Amino acid sequence: MSSRISSGAKEIARAVNARECSAREVVEATLERIASVEPQVGAYLSVLERQAREGADALDARIASGERFPLAGVPLAVKDNLALEGTVTTCGSKMLERWVAPYTASAVRSMLAVGAIPVGKANMDEFAMGSSCENSALGVTRNPYDLERVPGGSSGGSAASVAAYEATIGLGSDTGGSIREPAAFCNLVGFKPTYGRISRYGLIAFASSLDQIGPLTRNVEDAALAYDAMAGFDPMDATSVDRAVEPTANALREDLQGVRIGVVKQFDTHKLGNDIDDVYDRALHDLEALGAEIVEVELPTADYGLATYYLIAPAECSSNLARFDGVRYGLRIDGNDVAEMNERSRAAGFGPEVKRRILIGTYALSSGYYDAYYVRAQKARTLVARDFAKAFESCDLIAAPATSSPAFRFKSKSDPYSMYLMDYYTIPMSLAGLPALSVPCGWVTPEGGERAMPLGLQLTAPLFAERALLSAAHAYERATMHASKHPMQIAEVTR
Amino acid sequence: MSSENLDIAYVAKLARIALTEEEVARFGAQLGDLLGHVATLADLDLDSIPATAQVVESRNVMREDIERPSLDREVVLSGAPQRQGAFVRVPRIIGQV
Repeated sequence: MSSRISSGAKEIARAVNARECSAREVVEATLERIASVEPQVGAYLSVLERQAREGADALDARIASGERFPLAGVPLAVKDNLALEGTVTTCGSKMLERWVAPYTASAVRSMLAVGAIPVGKANMDEFAMGSSCENSALGVTRNPYDLERVPGGSSGGSAASVAAYEATIGLGSDTGGSIREPAAFCNLVGFKPTYGRISRYGLIAFASSLDQIGPLTRNVEDAALAYDAMAGFDPMDATSVDRAVEPTANALREDLQGVRIGVVKQFDTHKLGNDIDDVYDRALHDLEALGAEIVEVELPTADYGLATYYLIAPAECSSNLARFDGVRYGLRIDGNDVAEMNERSRAAGFGPEVKRRILIGTYALSSGYYDAYYVRAQKARTLVARDFAKAFESCDLIAAPATSSPAFRFKSKSDPYSMYLMDYYTIPMSLAGLPALSVPCGWVTPEGGERAMPLGLQLTAPLFAERALLSAAHAYERATMHASKHPMQIAEVTR
Repeated sequence: MSSENLDIAYVAKLARIALTEEEVARFGAQLGDLLGHVATLADLDLDSIPATAQVVESRNVMREDIERPSLDREVVLSGAPQRQGAFVRVPRIIGQV
């Protein structure tokens, strides 16, 4: 039965639509897999056994009556900052530890409409702030390729669950790299579409001008299928873009003839060490062998991305998280007056990283500092976006590392800034709102480690060029097949 | 862009987060360090550059003024920490000095 869940989404949907197996059987195989590996991996904050079984039975009944669904029976992991009606939706925070969502996020509804079945709510860094999942207040998630290492973050639970075959598609959110980085660490494809392509209605906000939902999958085709299901205008999200969406899953290529791929001069990979540099060098050769033309491009403001991001994102977070005040939902700690109740509730409900970001954002927005910090960062953001626009005059896609290292060990980034540096390569694309993805591109054995760990190649496209992006990633994936070259540390799924 | 003036206790008050003395010291040092890093933005000549709030086209969004169902009141109130009848209950707000 487990062989049902070793395939990709397309094959699962085909088998369920053809009634070769039922959605219920797929769900049972998934729950069995979850029961067997969760003690090691810890990807989920809650497993939705009852809802998944009921959803599968309802889907099987509709298929029996003749309906067909593009993702029929495909097991879905939902990051725990996405509302799913009737489920506890925690954001990995004590603040929302017992909060039950009264409605379902639009992106999740879109996946339900095409037949996907949520099997669990996935762990994450608290309120999506972090790059290792270590900032979750509610659980520890381990990297299935080395249990002593982090899965990445903030969508670390979604990444670990899909890598460990506890789901076929994971939904994540990416503000500065929170889909791409865990995908790279867990040997997955992680795709952040253009800002505004997928409705954020029902995604608990972190930094509203940057947040974007996207899929984490074991191959590019699954990412394309999930994107095709979720992309499009939603009147419930004022920032969702009202612009036609081209389907992507039917346009995946096998070669890169005529594609110009830019390599960023400022992203010199030599400084990452010989092993990692070799992997990225080989990736460029492989792209070239597929017919791509490699050209050098410049992003002169690349080094200012982090500074820009760590003003804008905290500023927006300090505003968004003001709603967690102990009044209408979430944790309340009583006080003698409202202000004291607010202060105590927020002190007890938020972990250290969330407090740090709220404080820095509050400072950057406060009287006397607003122009010097927040407005200055918004202007720098303009330069970052202009740099990309200029670079795309001479190339169709940009290739870069997804991360500067493979997954690191737990507790190895105790200084907050060293953790922020993990997003060096992914933040500029977020600031410019560009579609970007990470695709497996090779392996290195970290110093002092024993197991080979995956690395990700980050490909970036101009705004709304998701089709060209996924298409190129597919060609590269097919030609290299890096993802299957090393085993996980946990039991492999039965094939 | 100097970080000398970072008064963490004052900022915490604005942010409505009660901090312990240990947190005031730790966060103060960490945020001072971060402000040192972001100070690199002073190197950029930004005088003539417009600020970006949103990277893709955005417009004002209005919807038709048509009555439609809202979330169920009982369901919403069930998420509130304290309630009284159809209301969310909070500590006294008016009458403080």
